[in-house]
Parts: sequence; structure tokens; C-alpha cells
Amino acid sequence: MTIFSDIGRYLLMIKGMFSRPENARMYWKEFIHQCTEIGFGSLGIVAIISVFIGAVSTIQTAYQLVSPLIPPSTIAQIVRDTVVLEFAPTLVCIVLAGVAGSRIASELGNMRVSEQIDALEIMGINTKTYLILPKIVAALLMIPLLVAIAMALGIWGGRMAGVASGIISGSVFDKGLLEFFVPFNVIFALIKSYVFAFIISSIPAFYGYYVKGGALEIGRASTKAVVVSCILILFADYILSALLLPT
Amino acid sequence: MIEVKNIKKAFGDKTVIQDVSSVMKAGQCNLIIGSSGSGKTVLMKCMVGLFDPDQGDVLYSGQNFTTMKGKEKTEIRKEIGMLFQGSALFDSQTVEQNVMFPLSMFTKDSYRKKLDRVNEVLARVNLVDANKKFPSELSGGMKKRVALARAIVLNPKYLFCDEPNSGLDPQTSLVIDKLIQEITIEYNITTVVNTHDMNSVMEIGNYILYMYKGNKEWEGNNKEIIFSKNQRLNDFIFASEFLRDAKDMRMLEETGKISNERDMDALLDKDAPTLVPPPDEDK
Repeated sequence: MTIFSDIGRYLLMIKGMFSRPENARMYWKEFIHQCTEIGFGSLGIVAIISVFIGAVSTIQTAYQLVSPLIPPSTIAQIVRDTVVLEFAPTLVCIVLAGVAGSRIASELGNMRVSEQIDALEIMGINTKTYLILPKIVAALLMIPLLVAIAMALGIWGGRMAGVASGIISGSVFDKGLLEFFVPFNVIFALIKSYVFAFIISSIPAFYGYYVKGGALEIGRASTKAVVVSCILILFADYILSALLLPT
Repeated sequence: MIEVKNIKKAFGDKTVIQDVSSVMKAGQCNLIIGSSGSGKTVLMKCMVGLFDPDQGDVLYSGQNFTTMKGKEKTEIRKEIGMLFQGSALFDSQTVEQNVMFPLSMFTKDSYRKKLDRVNEVLARVNLVDANKKFPSELSGGMKKRVALARAIVLNPKYLFCDEPNSGLDPQTSLVIDKLIQEITIEYNITTVVNTHDMNSVMEIGNYILYMYKGNKEWEGNNKEIIFSKNQRLNDFIFASEFLRDAKDMRMLEETGKISNERDMDALLDKDAPTLVPPPDEDK
């Protein structure tokens, strides 16, 4: 029963977000603040993960392609497609669920427990609109951008590792990148990143906004938010792949 | 003026407020007192709209707040200031930004004008040179004063204070009480204070509502409370021996058995043995 009541409260929270802002300038300020927190705050970890994932992909693909009949440029194709289709959107978003998601849940949880949300309500501010909507909109803008950066950095990391270890030359890798390129793969990855961005921002916001208790409960809510977000990301990944990829 | 009419509130099977009614007038400090768990915080949260009462109405200057919808409710809320138990200051903002927040949200004033108003209210709560400090750098008393400044910055008609003295020493508590009283009279605000601090009760209680297990048990003022014959109220206010002695003294004064103008020095027995032995001058 709890799951149904949670889903109901989550939907009511989403519905409650859509109200006229009391002061558009203050909301814009909050939106920019959230863009900075979610976007620039996560850029470092996203860059590190992307480069290393691309590098590891190149080495492991080369390790498995033992047949001399397969041209080396295939390594670049495989690295490109795995990075674009799966690693950049899904893995990066799972990491972002931990980085940005836990920050959103603990920030709102702390505001709830220390009565800051009540203080805003008393002032006549719609706290769902002021505190949650800018986070979701900022995530919808910044996370696809981070995913796009992750795609570029992942492929660059793969090329760098291939060249550095002598597996593949730079020119062959570049040639392989252009072979059998399907532009829809990038669109598919961006569709996934939008869906994941909504999950990463709204689920932790829900757990943080409705937290009850003290510091311990904030920690629990934060952990639960990350776990639920990760599960939903994987579930959505499967559903979107089944629906959108022609098999 | 705030009128509370037959308010009832339950959480699941547990009824927390049972049919409470009261009238709280403007320009005076209206206190809700009672032991922990008596329902005073829930009553206050029902009054400000943080909880929806299961039954009854809350009227602000005759307007029914309970039945109001969205925009109307927001308009009333702009006239409400609230001082929370834990101050509820925004951690990531400085004192100046905290106090300026309601002004930025609800006015179109220039930054200069807003800053002047912020400095004015900060000076009113006797807080100077703290504009750029963060809440984590402030003492408990300073936090309460910043929260009070934020609560009054939009000139509210109604001020709610939830346990304003919790966690403060008696001297700072007195300063906060005096401040709340002065602001109430100065701006003719309807102030509602939720407390179980007996010093506050005696100091600023123009109207006192005593809650017991979710019911209104007694109402009166700080002059009447000490002579109340309500046993539950007496058990609550005279829980300490010191206050019982104070009451006896007041009774003696009232019945003329001792002088109200008695000379305290003369009352002290100078020959009484002291608990601290005199210093041994031979050593």
C-alpha cells in the first residue's frame, strides 16, 4: 500500500509544481543557481568517468577482436556505439543520481527538518514551485548537455587509449568513427538523457521534500532516493531501448 | 484580531486538538501555553495554515482563512510573519539576504530601498554589523533576532512565535520577550506566542490560553493566572518550588500581610551562618 500512496503523493507533488511564480526574477535566480549546481558541480566527475570508460572500451574491444579478418576500424565503431548508446547516457546518469540526486534530497530534507520549507510556506510562497521546479528544469537542461560532453570525451578517451597503447592509429580510429554512423543513436541517447534527468531530479526531490524526522532520516531519504533513481533509470533504459530501437 | 472557532485536528486515530475556540486581539501578546504534547504547536500550525483542521474555522480580521483558496490564502499569508522554534533561517544566505528575501519576493523595490529596510529592521532587533554573517556564525539569540527581523520586514498584521525562548538563557529570553512585546505594541500586531516558559507568561502574557491534552483548559491574563484555582493549570505553572514560593509571597502581598515595598536588605539576616567558610588569614 505504501508504494501506491508514494506514487500518489509523487504525482500530486508534480501537479503542485505548476503554479504562477510569485516573482519571476527570484525563480530565474534559483534556476540559474540550480544549473550551476547540477551542471558545473558534476562536470568534473562526468569528465573523468567518460574519458576512462572510453579508454577501457577501446582496450577491451581490441582484446576481444582477435580475428585478422576484422578491420581495426571496427574497434572505433564499437567504442562509438557503446559510448553513445549506453555508457554516456546510462552510466553517467547513474553517477549523476548519486552526485546530484543525493544533493537534492539532502538539501530539501534539511530544509524540511529545519522548518525552512514551512517558513517559505508561511510567507505565501508555493514551495513546490520555488524549490522543486527549478531543479527539474535545470536538470532537463544540464544533464543532456553533460551526456553530450560525456559522449565526446568518451570517444576521445577511447582514441587516446588506442593510440597510446598502439592498438589503433589515430587516422584509422577517425575513419572508423565515420563508418556506419547512425545519427538516430545520438537522438536516442538524448531522449534517454531527458527521461533520466527527470528521474534524477524529481525522485530525490520527492524523498527530500517529504522527509520526516531528523538528521538520520535525511541520510536515509538521500540513500533511498539514489537507490530508487538508479533502479528507475535501469528500468526506463530497458523500456526505451525496447520501444525505440528497431530490432 | 484572530478568531479560532471549534478547531479540531486528529492524526490517524489520535485526536490532538479537541474543539478549541479563542479570540486573540490586536496590539497584545496572546500566549498559548501548555506542557509538551498538549497540542499548542498543532493549534498554531492550524492557525497559520500549515495543517488543515479537520473541523472549525480560523478567521483573520473576520475573513475565514480555512475556507480560502490559493490566491486569497496567499494574500493573507503575506500579512503573517512567523518566528520558528529553530529560527528556520536559510543556511546558504547571509543575514542580509535572509531578511531581504521576503522583500525581494513580494516587492518591486530597488536594491537600495530594500537594503535600507533591512538595516532598519535589523537595528530594530538590536542587531548591527551582522549583515554579512551566515546563520552558522550566529549565536542562538542572534538567530532568533534575525528570524524576528525577517518576520516583521514586510510589516505583518499577525506575528506568530513558536517557542521563541527555547534553547536560550534567561537573560537572552527576556530580551527576546521584550522585543516581541515592543514590536507588538509599536506596530499594533496581533501576536501569538507559543511557549512553556513561565517568565514569558508573567512578562508578556496579555492573554493566555492554557491547553491540556488538546483542550482549552483555561484562559485569562498574567495577572489572573497566578491566582487561578484550576488545579491542572496550577500543577503546570507551579511545577517549580521557586514559583510556588513566589506565589506565596504574592499572596501575602495581596492580602496585606507583608509590604509590597519591603526593604530586601532589612529582610536579610546578616548573622546567619554562611555556607562558604571565611578565608583563613593565618595561612
